Amino acid sequence: MVAIRQITPRDGDVMILVGTTKGAFLLRSNAARRRWEMGGPHFPGQKIHALALDQRGGIRRMYAGGSSDHFGPVFYMSDDLGATWSDRERAAVRFPEDAGASLARIWQIVPGREDEPGKLYCGVEPAALFESNDAGETWSLVRGLWDHPHRAQWQPGGGGLCLHTVIPDPVHRGRMFVAVSTGGVYRTDDGGATWQARNHGVRAEFMPNKHPEFGQCVHKIVQHPTFPERLFLQNHWGLYRSEDAAESWQDIANGVPSDFGFAMTMHPHDPETVYIVPIESDGFRCTPDGKLRVYRTCDAGRSWEPLTRGLPQEHALETILRDGMDADALNPAGIYFGTRSGKVYGSPDGGASWSTIADGLPPVLCVKAVVVGDPLKVRVPKPAARTAQARGRTKPKARTKAKPRVKAKPRVKPKSRTKAKPRAKAKPRVKARPRAEAARRPKAKTSRGAKRKPR
Amino acid sequence: MPVVFFIPGFLRQWTDGKPRVELEGRPATVGDALALLWEYHPGVRDRIVTEQGNVRPHVNLFVDVESIRFTGGLATPLEGNCEVSIVPAVSGG
Repeated sequence: MVAIRQITPRDGDVMILVGTTKGAFLLRSNAARRRWEMGGPHFPGQKIHALALDQRGGIRRMYAGGSSDHFGPVFYMSDDLGATWSDRERAAVRFPEDAGASLARIWQIVPGREDEPGKLYCGVEPAALFESNDAGETWSLVRGLWDHPHRAQWQPGGGGLCLHTVIPDPVHRGRMFVAVSTGGVYRTDDGGATWQARNHGVRAEFMPNKHPEFGQCVHKIVQHPTFPERLFLQNHWGLYRSEDAAESWQDIANGVPSDFGFAMTMHPHDPETVYIVPIESDGFRCTPDGKLRVYRTCDAGRSWEPLTRGLPQEHALETILRDGMDADALNPAGIYFGTRSGKVYGSPDGGASWSTIADGLPPVLCVKAVVVGDPLKVRVPKPAARTAQARGRTKPKARTKAKPRVKAKPRVKPKSRTKAKPRAKAKPRVKARPRAEAARRPKAKTSRGAKRKPR
Repeated sequence: MPVVFFIPGFLRQWTDGKPRVELEGRPATVGDALALLWEYHPGVRDRIVTEQGNVRPHVNLFVDVESIRFTGGLATPLEGNCEVSIVPAVSGG
């Protein structure tokens, strides 16, 4: 019997929900996000591809999508922040008999809009969308997408034929985006009744026709709630931005060592800031040059800078999967990612500095960062105090003298249509070298491998 | 004694903790026996078969010592007293 360690999260804590190939691990910290306590493994032996916390409508319910190699996929719920979990006698997420399909895996569990408590979406394999109107108690297949004429031509990649991303538009009622590998991006404007492929401008490197209407292997798309017309896309080869709700996509692979990758995360407060972890190629799915670098754009993809402070810069052949990175909602935002080698890294300062917050885990499949309670009510300790604490200085005198490692600096905002609040951005101690990177590898396309198989 | 099912540990949460379930009645096939089993313990069903009614690929069912994969699948006849074992396959990683 595997012993499961429990943690006790409190209001104002940050939790990192980590799904691995052998179960789920839950980490908690206070708002400083320097010291982490880890619980788990929950569901030992199961692959956990999806985790979520829903705090709308007065509930606080956690969800997990697990799959046992033997006994199939399971949708779990917890009403005590992960201490205990329950599943239903009859599988909650299931294809109707007439669909002729069987659920292989739950890839994504996404709460609906803020003012729709109880509404949940679930992306699954084989690629399909399910919705729930009662906080996960019952689910139904979204027929409009399942019956789409394109579906028969979608093809599985290395991870299976999965619908891995669901974005309910926060402003346009009835609008929603989904992404399928391989199928591409689809959008509905009528609440799921009809769907249109939205892949104009996105390449399909592995197809004879490089610009098909659909069939692209889109790995992840993200959207900022205050700027819903804009989306970013990490493709199977290619980085893109759309300014027109996915009607068209523009290449933004400017100065990254590779435009191949899986994970992509939106900054919670800034619609211009996005994080990715470039991967060498689809033939060698590891970080380029043995360096673990998160790349960040603060100008909506016009330029990217590597974030390396605290991350290994040699012998680090890592892979971060499509759901392996996330941001919390505090200010400054915490950014987190997990690797296939079982490490979880975290940055409490928007990516300026990183540390290992978990190691020795099974391969990480998904990472979700959540704040317990209302993030706006959480006070984040000042960086100077945090830095002194992190150095282990206990004497008050030393603490007052401790120089902050990161210097708060007002952000120079690029051209932006956003109305998001200005924020202070921590300056990286190690100077970013996007230009040097760009000079060495002027275009990501130059580092492409020979193999062009979809994943 | 008619048909007895042996339940693996993972599934006992759905059989009130019982490792052994004895069926009342005399089902003619393995499929019939399973249908009876989940009449009493419905939670077992979705863990053994898919939505389409197929036995999951990594679940093995044995009638006495014979795997039903080689004896007709769910149509395997049950004659007299027999034991049906539900056994997770030797798989995983």
